Amino acid sequence: MLELDGLRIEQGGFRLRADLVVESGARVAVLGPSGGGKSTLLGALAGFVALSAGQIRWQGVRIDTLPPAARPLSILFQDNNLLPHLSAFDNVALGLSPALRLDRAQRASVQAALERVGLGAQAAQRPAQLSGGQMSRAALARVLLRARPLLLLDEPFAALGPALKADMLDLVGELAAEQGVTVLMVSHDPADARRLCPLTLLVAEGQAHQPAPTEELLAAPPAALAAYLGTPRPTTPQPRS
Amino acid sequence: MSGAARLPAETLWRRRLPASLTALALAVAALLLLLNLGALGAVLWRAEPGSAGFRSADWAALRFTLTQAALSALISVALAVPVARALARRRFPGRGVLIVLMGAPFILPSLVAVAGILAIFGRNGLANQALAWLGHGGFSIYGLQGVLVAHVFFNLPLATRLILQGWARVPAEHLRLAAALGFDGRAQWRHIEGPMLRQVVPGALAVVFLICLSSFAVALVLGGGPRATTLELAIFQAFRFDFDLGRAALLALVQAVLGLLALLALARFSLPMMALGGLDRPVPPPPGGLGRAVDALAITLAAAFLLLPLVMVVLRGLPHLMGLPAPVWASVGQSLKVAGLSVLLLAAMSAGLGLAALWARRAAPWAEGLGMSALLASPMVIGTGLFIMAFPLINPAQLALPVTALVNAAMALPFALRAMLPALRQAEADFARLSASLGLGMGAHLRLVLWPRLRRPAGFALGLGAALSMGDLGVIMLFAQTGGETLPMQLHRLMGAYRTQDAAGAALLLLMLSLGAFVLLERLIGGKEPRHAGT
Repeated sequence: MLELDGLRIEQGGFRLRADLVVESGARVAVLGPSGGGKSTLLGALAGFVALSAGQIRWQGVRIDTLPPAARPLSILFQDNNLLPHLSAFDNVALGLSPALRLDRAQRASVQAALERVGLGAQAAQRPAQLSGGQMSRAALARVLLRARPLLLLDEPFAALGPALKADMLDLVGELAAEQGVTVLMVSHDPADARRLCPLTLLVAEGQAHQPAPTEELLAAPPAALAAYLGTPRPTTPQPRS
Repeated sequence: MSGAARLPAETLWRRRLPASLTALALAVAALLLLLNLGALGAVLWRAEPGSAGFRSADWAALRFTLTQAALSALISVALAVPVARALARRRFPGRGVLIVLMGAPFILPSLVAVAGILAIFGRNGLANQALAWLGHGGFSIYGLQGVLVAHVFFNLPLATRLILQGWARVPAEHLRLAAALGFDGRAQWRHIEGPMLRQVVPGALAVVFLICLSSFAVALVLGGGPRATTLELAIFQAFRFDFDLGRAALLALVQAVLGLLALLALARFSLPMMALGGLDRPVPPPPGGLGRAVDALAITLAAAFLLLPLVMVVLRGLPHLMGLPAPVWASVGQSLKVAGLSVLLLAAMSAGLGLAALWARRAAPWAEGLGMSALLASPMVIGTGLFIMAFPLINPAQLALPVTALVNAAMALPFALRAMLPALRQAEADFARLSASLGLGMGAHLRLVLWPRLRRPAGFALGLGAALSMGDLGVIMLFAQTGGETLPMQLHRLMGAYRTQDAAGAALLLLMLSLGAFVLLERLIGGKEPRHAGT
């Protein structure tokens, strides 16, 4: 269970509050208007954004004082998930040995992870030689190899076309199910949320809300989400500005 | 705040400068401060305005220094504007090569350039031969005119590159808009080129003026005498011919104050960066007719002015290369030692200050500032100061090699950092979070994240440093004695003794060594990968 307990983030004029709980194994979309703090929330979980107050706990243990690599999570950024001068194999291997010193068994598991995501034949290629979808697969192979219980996705598939993105979301779903991973995924697109995440966490107006069932939320969006999605609220229509 | 002491996230994941690198950065900083402040202090201490006095010859040197620097800047920039404009708006075969060549004088030893200029404009040069053939009397290159020709040779390409960037920064939309609105040449000048040049030209003037302010080698060969002596040259002469330390120190003090005043006065002009981007985009069709002829003339004259002297160095030197006397070959060994040591020092300095500028929290701006202004004092000022400090302790001749290597490395440091820091910053901006989220240690981070991004600019910077050091004729003139000469010193000696054939051979040898050192290091360190490998 992931607990955000009295979380406060303040950066200049930006403020974000979060008091919520995510059950283990849940798949949660993080939805909300641009600049609302979706990426900031993930950055705080991953250890890149300072908390002004509050705690983050995983299975009851406080993790917000740990450096990023020591937290029980993997994060995929929007881009730059792969080092451009290393092969796909080495990029994945970084997940096992950050200094790239691997024994025979470790090399075998790197290869196995590459094969699991369908990149077995591309192991020696560098990111520039891979397609956008293949780069995403390589990054996912590393997530698989690290086998951390939490996975944070900060729009890593935003640059992919609709069909490829759907493929990636399905692959994330499979991998998450295999390892029982808890997933938090930032997205701009309600369709992404519907595809992968039964739950959705709304970040808007300085507040991260307790996750709610995605279908219900999208069927009857609260004002802030409705304004963002561009769908008028069924009950009290808002004047569009 | 509740619970355990809350750490700012910065300290959770931002890297800190490790102790070993902190020590290196502090050592480099101390060395640079010692070079600058120590030398200035020693000069201040020894300068004896009372006994030595500022003679009329010294006033003349001060006047000449300012005059030649101002004229060099004006002429270089005035000529650079049409050349840059022609290069910016024309596409012709060899344009890329010409632009690259514009960077070459930077690594060209000054004496090689002077030898080339003498081959064209000297007493027996092509120009005087042609005049004699036509039945006209000859002219002399020595004096102000010679110094100006050499400075324009060096700084016209630099100014052209700086101004070319101004053109490259004009948004393509503005050019298209001008074409769409049917701007004629005058409207183009008034609304687009004029405003751009007003931004770029002051910076270019300032750069050239500052460079020429501490001119030594050019003035040593082409100037001299009471009417064409720079302060740097006057320091050397007071030192070497009169062995008047007090007067040398006084002159050094004047030069230091002059340099500092100029730097302060010119600092507000933003110096353009040296990167060249946006040069190969398509441009609207340039004007034909007269404009075309003017552009062709500018490019042809500039290319001839830059290329002919070098061609002459090669042609005149080739027959005499193999027959060079033994002392010249011995000096090659000295030069290789100086350049090798200088490159090592440059690598350590740029690593220490570069990484400190990246990771040393509050000290970072200081590290960068110190590295970017590595030598506030001119080489001769520093040489004089070090000589004064070392003289009572050890034989200065023993210091010739290390001091030269150190001063050369410090001279190259700002260029090295200017090449390397952007690459380091970009690598951190792109991958610091990834590296932290995967838990890469300092060693792995340096090896896997920074070095692959750094090796290209590092190869370029260290190659530059090697070439600069190989061709430098400056501070070593104060220290070295017979037997300890570097190749540029030997070349100067041969030129002074009118041993034209040996001098021609030695000039070519020096040219080959400087270019060779640059290419070798750039390839060796920078790697052979195509420029756009990776993403």
